[in-house]
This record gives sequence, C-alpha cells and structure tokens, in this order.
Amino acid sequence: MDVRKTYKLYIGGEFVRSESGRAYRPEGSVNVPRGSRKDLRDAVRAARSALGGWSARTAMNRGQILYRAAEMLDGRRSQFVEVLGGGRASGREVEQAVEALVWYAGWTDKLAQVAGNTNPVAGPYFNFTIPEPTGVVGIVAPEEPALAGLVRRIAPALCGGNTVVVLVPESHPLPGLTLAEVLATSDLPGGVVNVLAGYRKELLPWLASHMDVNAIDVAGCTPQEVASIEKAAADNVKRVVKHRADEMSPQLITAFMEMKTVWHPIGV
Amino acid sequence: MAIAKRSRIELATQRFEYAPAPESTDHVKIEKRYDLFIGGRMVKAHSQKRFPTINPSNEEKLSEVVEADEVDVDRAVKAASKAFDSWSRIGPSRRARYLFRISRILQERARELAVVETMDGGKPIKESRDVDIPLSAAHFFYYAGWADKLEWAFPNVKPRPIGVAGQVIPWNFPLLMLAWKIAPALAAGNTVVLKPAETTPLSALLFADICMQAELPDGVVNILTGAGKTGSLVVSHPAVRKVAFTGSTEVGKLIQRSLAGTGKRLTLELGGKAANIVFEDAPLDAAVEGIVNGIYFNQGHVCCAGSRLLVQESIFEPLLEKLKIRLGTLRLGDPLDKNTDIGAINSKAQLEKIAGLVESGVEEGAELYQPECKLPERGYWFPPTLFTNVSQSYRIAREEIFGPVLSVLTFRTPDEAVEKANNTPYGLSAGVWTDKGSRILWMAERMRAGVVWANTFNRFDPTSPFGGYKESGYGREGGLHGLLPYLELN
Repeated sequence: MDVRKTYKLYIGGEFVRSESGRAYRPEGSVNVPRGSRKDLRDAVRAARSALGGWSARTAMNRGQILYRAAEMLDGRRSQFVEVLGGGRASGREVEQAVEALVWYAGWTDKLAQVAGNTNPVAGPYFNFTIPEPTGVVGIVAPEEPALAGLVRRIAPALCGGNTVVVLVPESHPLPGLTLAEVLATSDLPGGVVNVLAGYRKELLPWLASHMDVNAIDVAGCTPQEVASIEKAAADNVKRVVKHRADEMSPQLITAFMEMKTVWHPIGV
Repeated sequence: MAIAKRSRIELATQRFEYAPAPESTDHVKIEKRYDLFIGGRMVKAHSQKRFPTINPSNEEKLSEVVEADEVDVDRAVKAASKAFDSWSRIGPSRRARYLFRISRILQERARELAVVETMDGGKPIKESRDVDIPLSAAHFFYYAGWADKLEWAFPNVKPRPIGVAGQVIPWNFPLLMLAWKIAPALAAGNTVVLKPAETTPLSALLFADICMQAELPDGVVNILTGAGKTGSLVVSHPAVRKVAFTGSTEVGKLIQRSLAGTGKRLTLELGGKAANIVFEDAPLDAAVEGIVNGIYFNQGHVCCAGSRLLVQESIFEPLLEKLKIRLGTLRLGDPLDKNTDIGAINSKAQLEKIAGLVESGVEEGAELYQPECKLPERGYWFPPTLFTNVSQSYRIAREEIFGPVLSVLTFRTPDEAVEKANNTPYGLSAGVWTDKGSRILWMAERMRAGVVWANTFNRFDPTSPFGGYKESGYGREGGLHGLLPYLELN
C-alpha cells in the first residue's frame, strides 16, 4: 500500500496547509490546499523578508544555488515525468526545465556585464549603470507547460536577486507544488520562492493590487485577466511583465530589474 | 576667535547690490497666436478653443494657443502613422543626419530658446541658458549617433521601431523634456505626437519651427498644445503604440490604469522625494552648495529635487548655520536678469499647492525658516524655505512639494540614513555627501533610487540613464538604456 503525499503550499520555506483549512481536487482524487487571501499576504511578507538576504548574496552564489536546483530537479526526473502525465513529452519538458535552470544559473554573474555599463559623462564623475532587483515579484505561472513554463518564469526573477510569490495553475497545480520540494532542497533560503495553489479568482486580484509587490509576471493570464491586473497594478506603479511563455532571454531577467545610475566624484 | 567668527558671518551676510542685468528680448519673436504642428506644417486647428500662455513673473499674456480636440489628435496621429512607413525605412544614417541637424539648430538658436523658455516658464535665464538649452542640444546630438548603431547596441535581438509614440511632458524643463522624449524615439525610427504642458507650450512650438527648418520629413514630429484632456486623447488614441509620460505620480497612475489591456508600451517618469544625505566628514561648503542646488534649482520644480535633507547629527548646527547664511544670499526676482538665482513659480495653481503644503508643515509642528526676501508685486513667487524639527510622518516630509521647500531631518548612523532615505513610496534619486569613496558606494548600493549623486546633485548628461524605482515610474531616459523604451526586441 502506498504512503500518499499530502500536497502543501510553500510559504517562507515551510510546507503548510492553507490557513483557511480548505482544499480542492483539480487533478483526480488528490486534495490540493486552496490558498486564501491571507495565505497570499503571508507569502508576500515572507518574500519581502527574504529579499534583503537574497539580493545581497554574491552573484556567483545565486548562480550556484540555481544550478543546485537544476541538480535536484534532474535527480527527480522520473517523479516529475509521472506528475506531468508520463510519456516522452513529459520527459522533454523536464529536460527543458533543467535546461532553463542551468542557463539562468550561468547568467547571474554575467548580466551586469551585458545590461550595465559606464557612461562617459561630461564632467569629473565616474558614472555607471547597474541592474538591481525590482523586489518582490508575483508570478502567474502558465497552464502549459506546467513545469517548464513555471521554471522559465521563476529562474530569471531569481537570477536578478528578486524574491517571488507564485500562483500555480488552478487546474494543474501538482507540478508547481512538487517543484517547491526541489527548491526547498536547493539551498534556496526560505521565503525566496513561495508557491500558492488555489482558485485564480480568489488570489489574482489581491496579488495584482498588493502594495508590497513590485512586479507581476502575467505569462499565465488570459487577455481579460491581464487587463484587470494592469489596472490594479497601477495602484503602486507595479511593473507588469509580458513576455512569451516559452521565452528565454536576458531581457526577461532585466524585465524584473531596475537600472541604477551612480555619479561618483573623481578628484584628488 | 569670537570676533573672527562674527566678522566672517558679517562678511558672508553682507548685502551686495546688483545692478540690473536683464537679458534682452528683442531678438525673440513670439506670435500672437499659434496653430498646431501637424504633418510638417502649422495647420489651423479643428478645435475652436484657445487659451493664453502667460509669463508667470509678471502675469502678462505672451500668446494664445489651441486646446487640441479629438479631431486634431486624430489628424496628428494619422500624420505620424503615415510618416512612420517611410521614416522607419529610410537609411538609419539619414535619420542620424536629421537629428544632428536639429541638434545644431538648437545650438544656433540657443539664445532665442533660452529667453522664450524663461519668459514662458519663469525659470532664471542663467539656468535656461546654461542647463536646459545646451542639454537639449546635447541630447539630440547623442541620440543622433545611435540611429545607425542600434544593431551594435542590441546584438542578436533585431532592434525595430514600435510605431507612433504619444508623449506628454511637464512644465519644469519644457524643451529638455521634449528632447528626452523626441530624440531617442526618432533615433530608433519611431514617429511622435507630443503634447507640451499647458503652461509652457512656447518652446515646443519653436521646436516645430526648428523641425521645418531642418526639413525633417512631414509628420515625423507633430506637436499639439492643450491641457490634460488633450494629453489623455493622445495617449488613448488606438494608433498610438507607445506612450511616454513625465509628470506627477497621480497622473502616471491614471495613465497606467487607462492603458490596461491595450497592449501599448508605456514608460513613466513620475514624482520624487529624494533624500540628500550629508555625513559628518563631508566637505561642508561644497555640501551647502549641493543642498541649495538640490532643492532651489529651478524653484524646486524638479522631480528629482533633494527635498529631504538628512544631516548627520554631529554637524547639524554648523551645517544649518552655513545653509541659512547661503539662503540669505540667493537672489530672487526677474527671471530674465542674469543675476537671478530663483525665478518665478510656474503657475498660480502650483504656487497655491506649495503654500498649502508649507502651511501644513507649520501646523504639524515643523519650524519654518525663510530668509528676508522681498517678493515682486506681480507674478507668482515663493521665497526659499526650509523646515527643521521635521518628523518623517509630516506631509512636508512625505509628499512631493515641487517647490523651493526643504525639510531637514537628522540621523546618527549610516544604517539609520539608509532606513530614512528609503522610507518613501518614491525612488527617483538620492544624494550622498562624504569624503569617503567606499562609503559613497556602500550608500549607493543601498539607495532604492534610480539615480544616486555623490558629492553633487541635479547633474544630468545625455549619456547617463535617468528614471525611477517604485512609484517614481519605470523605464529610463538617457544613455543606452534610453533607447529600450522605443524599440521592439526579440
């Protein structure tokens, strides 16, 4: 007889049930915690607390941790293939997810060299521009591909030093919830990634309007949802990130970053 | 010692009389009324509504401009759409040449532009002459060179223009903000419909003349005068694919909301409440100049103004003494006078807003200081003002005043300075004054702001990206990064 797994939310580095005590069954007979507005607020708070530490890690260290996540994911290939429904397509998807983690792991300590620069101003100043994390990023993960799509959104945000709150697809939450187990064993500090499942309509408006969320990635949203998110995002001038769900590029990393320009005096 | 100190103060506070040195206006021709610049020429507007633009230093009417309506906006956007087909396809080096040409004409007509800018907006002539106009010309010169080098700037991603850009700019640096908007847009191959601010339309209309003089192809630049309504018609026109706005955070949020779901690209450069942080090892005299430049430059009508002074406790008294003495030497008056440091407040509405916030500061318990300062009888004026005893919760420490009003707070440790500086929803700029290079970089790392000035303030350069964190907006203007808002990449 199997020992079944209880699926949980992942908030502040801990696997928890929804504070609301509710669950739903989107995939077969498995109970999935139905996250509440309060869970969302807790997740944002955890992400905010984790931001200082994570963004202060050296770029190389962030790269190593993302690479570690790739290692952990690779080691659980068969489990993910099963969660994704089995078959060759699922195998390919896991490979894509591993590839995304490895690719972005290599970007952490190169991005500033590609996206930043020095500026030859007319005056005695050393003037340079560097990318910095935007802060707490909300990610609405795409329905398909549930694993690779999610990893392709999280990895660039983490690469730049942000912390994230993820809403996994309402109808297909298991790959995302299982990914949390990978992240939890990858030396990623608690709170850097927080994973919520539940009803989209119960969570999305609060994520979009939360005043302590700095950016929101709408890869998994319908055009109508995007419109209402964009409206709510204006409350605190949130950055709304709209890139293709399958895209991998350094532009996606900088989409979650701010450019800071410093004028440093030169003189004797 | 006491005697030496007294005589130093006397010397520093000694009143010098300055003979008037007004810049002449005889080389400037301002039309009685202006039409709209659409499709390469000045055309009669559909809108029958006109409004005066006045000189805020004497309340005299300078000219009358159109309040462009829906039909006018539609005509301008159509002209820009039509022009986009050819402008985006002409050789990039030809685009560059037009921009170089515009830059040169701006330099050649610098004095005319400076005088008009000062008359229409109220800023001191020495600022429009030495800052606004030269920087505008430099901005066009800088972006001109990018027009045929985009592939080198953004390799592997096929940079392409977006289409028609709708641009709405503020009244604090009318021509410079126009340059910040138009130069990168055109270099990248877009065409534009630009709306200057209601109170300062004249330099943009002069710029229309410069486009004609440069023989810029018809419709590449279109300029529509008007107020908020016209601006909202421009940004909401369906054929506008890219919106750029500089102005208040309040209006920026309205625009972000109104564009929801349209798929239009948007960049916002909004308000600020910058901290200017002075450490005890800072060169104090230089810091005083930087503080004055940070908040009294352009009457404080600067989104990145250093409106919150954070002083390390140990030097609070000597710094304040020096600052108050320096305030007493600022010359307020005729903006056209070459000696003037502080010009007129841009509009009556702005003057009322400043006065209201200053009143709230007094009511909440802050201590007001204003140097003895005679205000001209006509026009809109506000004396340089500073507040001490300011708590972080006071409105004057939280809200953008956009006037010559400084709030002074103190701190003990670098960590406390960081905490206080970042305690705002804004994040446009910050200043750090210290003798220690490592501390500059330590502070710069921790400031949640898009621009950090060390041992200087309010310094701008076309090569240096400018823009905000948090509620100060998104997107950058200036430098390589300033091209990104106007390009499609893949």
